[in-house]
Amino acid sequence: MQVWQFSEMAYHPGWEELGNSLRNVIPSRVYDPKIGADLYHRYLDEWALCDELGINIMVNEHHTTATCTTSVCTIPMAILARETKKIRLLCLGMPIANRMDAVRVAEEYSMIDVISRGRLEMGFVKASPFEVTPANSNPATLQERFWEAHDLILKAMTTHDGPFNWEGDHFQYRQVNVWPRPYQEPHPPVWMTVSSPGSAKLVGEKGYVIASLNTGYAATPTIFDTYRKSAKAAGHEPSPDRFAYLAIVGIGKTEEEGRRRADQILDYSRTTPRAAHHFFFPPGYVPPEVLGREMRNPSTRMVTLRDGSQTVMQTGSVDEYIDAGIAFAGTPDTVYAQIKEFYDHVGGIGHLLMMGQGGHISHEDTVDNLTLFSKEVLPRLAEL
Amino acid sequence: MEEIKVAGITLDVDITGDGPPLLYLPAESFGPLHTPFLIGLSEHWKVYAPRHPGFDGRTPPDDFRRIEDLAYLYLDLLGALNLDRSILLGASFGGWIAMEMAVRAADRLSALGLIAPVGAKLGNREERDFEDIFAAPEHENLEILFAGNAPDYSEFSDDEMTEAGRGKQYLAYYGWKPYLHNPSLARWLHRIKVPTHILWGEADGFVGPDYGERLAERIPGAKLDVVSDAGHYPQIEKAAETVSLLANGPCAVQ
Repeated sequence: MQVWQFSEMAYHPGWEELGNSLRNVIPSRVYDPKIGADLYHRYLDEWALCDELGINIMVNEHHTTATCTTSVCTIPMAILARETKKIRLLCLGMPIANRMDAVRVAEEYSMIDVISRGRLEMGFVKASPFEVTPANSNPATLQERFWEAHDLILKAMTTHDGPFNWEGDHFQYRQVNVWPRPYQEPHPPVWMTVSSPGSAKLVGEKGYVIASLNTGYAATPTIFDTYRKSAKAAGHEPSPDRFAYLAIVGIGKTEEEGRRRADQILDYSRTTPRAAHHFFFPPGYVPPEVLGREMRNPSTRMVTLRDGSQTVMQTGSVDEYIDAGIAFAGTPDTVYAQIKEFYDHVGGIGHLLMMGQGGHISHEDTVDNLTLFSKEVLPRLAEL
Repeated sequence: MEEIKVAGITLDVDITGDGPPLLYLPAESFGPLHTPFLIGLSEHWKVYAPRHPGFDGRTPPDDFRRIEDLAYLYLDLLGALNLDRSILLGASFGGWIAMEMAVRAADRLSALGLIAPVGAKLGNREERDFEDIFAAPEHENLEILFAGNAPDYSEFSDDEMTEAGRGKQYLAYYGWKPYLHNPSLARWLHRIKVPTHILWGEADGFVGPDYGERLAERIPGAKLDVVSDAGHYPQIEKAAETVSLLANGPCAVQ
């Protein structure tokens, strides 16, 4: 198993003032760029440390939010492409249905792949529903735009004999000719995030790495099983390295210390629903029956526990998140046992996307969290 | 409800009443609440009321995604039904389609009725002509869309709520960006050559009567009537009065 360290580079100093709205409509006067600069450097230092610890790096992007100040995923990736030497770099990912210039995505990814000497892993994501507003991206056509962008970006990265023409429904260029070409042949590995069996089926058909984020004991097996069936039917081998799972990881010298760290990082999960309800249900991004239901009775975001019961996402305890399979926390032995149990439950995973930084956890705790993980858990996971 | 196939698209068309022909292009939402209005219209005209592709539960073809596709579809429908000297009436999103039709070809039309249409960009780039109903909670949307008779969703069936969700989906499909307008439409509104009647709810908080006034100035000879105690859908909140205004205004011209 490979491990990847993920952080959203949160601007947590603004959370209290912003209250129950951390996305979409929040005024940037709440953001202090001097504090923000310190945070960016801190988070980049923590990622740079991963190069020494043998933990790969994962970045993502969100927009107009205090929960994640990575508004352009390729910017930290570009910095880390130069600052790191060994570990691999995963963008998970690029919201290609919301990026109106798909060729620019191919250029950014290719450039990072070359600078990093072929260490880029290339995520294409549909992005969270509340991302359509910052991009003003039509949610009713998002799915088709995603796949058109995917087709165009891959063709742009793999065409090496001069310009080609592209006049599709969503992207039009007459001279697509990307320089530089990517370092890896034919292109960096492709990853996609999924949250439903329907999208797992499509990703399985392509044989890409499938990443399931915080889907826990309840939802992950069906997603992975759907992928396996679909990949096999399309002639791909669904080996463990095709499966990635994202969870919060808090590790300490004692159970208490590990759980405290996880509890702090879990503010990442608890802040996710802190946004106006309507931004979670863009028409067409969700099916009409779901939208209709939400128009009548707005739902509360829940987390499903192992016994099928549910808890409110915004207030869930560390114990509940551990039970759900969304957090792994405690001493190195406990964390390894929790990961192994989840691994067996879902039929094997090749990549643990580890949120080892998030919420209010301090720099010192983060460094200790990552270092302990690297020394005590990583070697055991490498054998899985 | 009749199924009529036009230009490769199957349309459900509700045909009722007797009298001169009237093609009614419906608003984006609240289909079930329009029944009294359609009955009222059918007492004066033979009413042809199609459901827009996508809104009807059928997925439109890949090459059918723009407002002009709807305009040409309904121009073809007028031809397929062999309707001449027809009244064209549209409400809100349907009003936008009606204007797109009328600037292109008016030879089959005798008059145009517009109930609080969207579609023309009249403000500057930092003014939103139409409130962003995709960026507000539904209860706030209902407050700006209705003068005081907002529907209660708890009385809607699951199917009706799905239809409401689908209405939003296809409003987005055709009109997400630019938001509910065609940047070229305002430039060509002078091409509307038939008698035109514009109706507006006095309490329309989605697109106010002042927009209606500016729109009326751009359409030669257009008559604007403001309906009191009505929001964006006077045809729902003041169905009888709206029918009466239409029956006694420019659309009555033969």
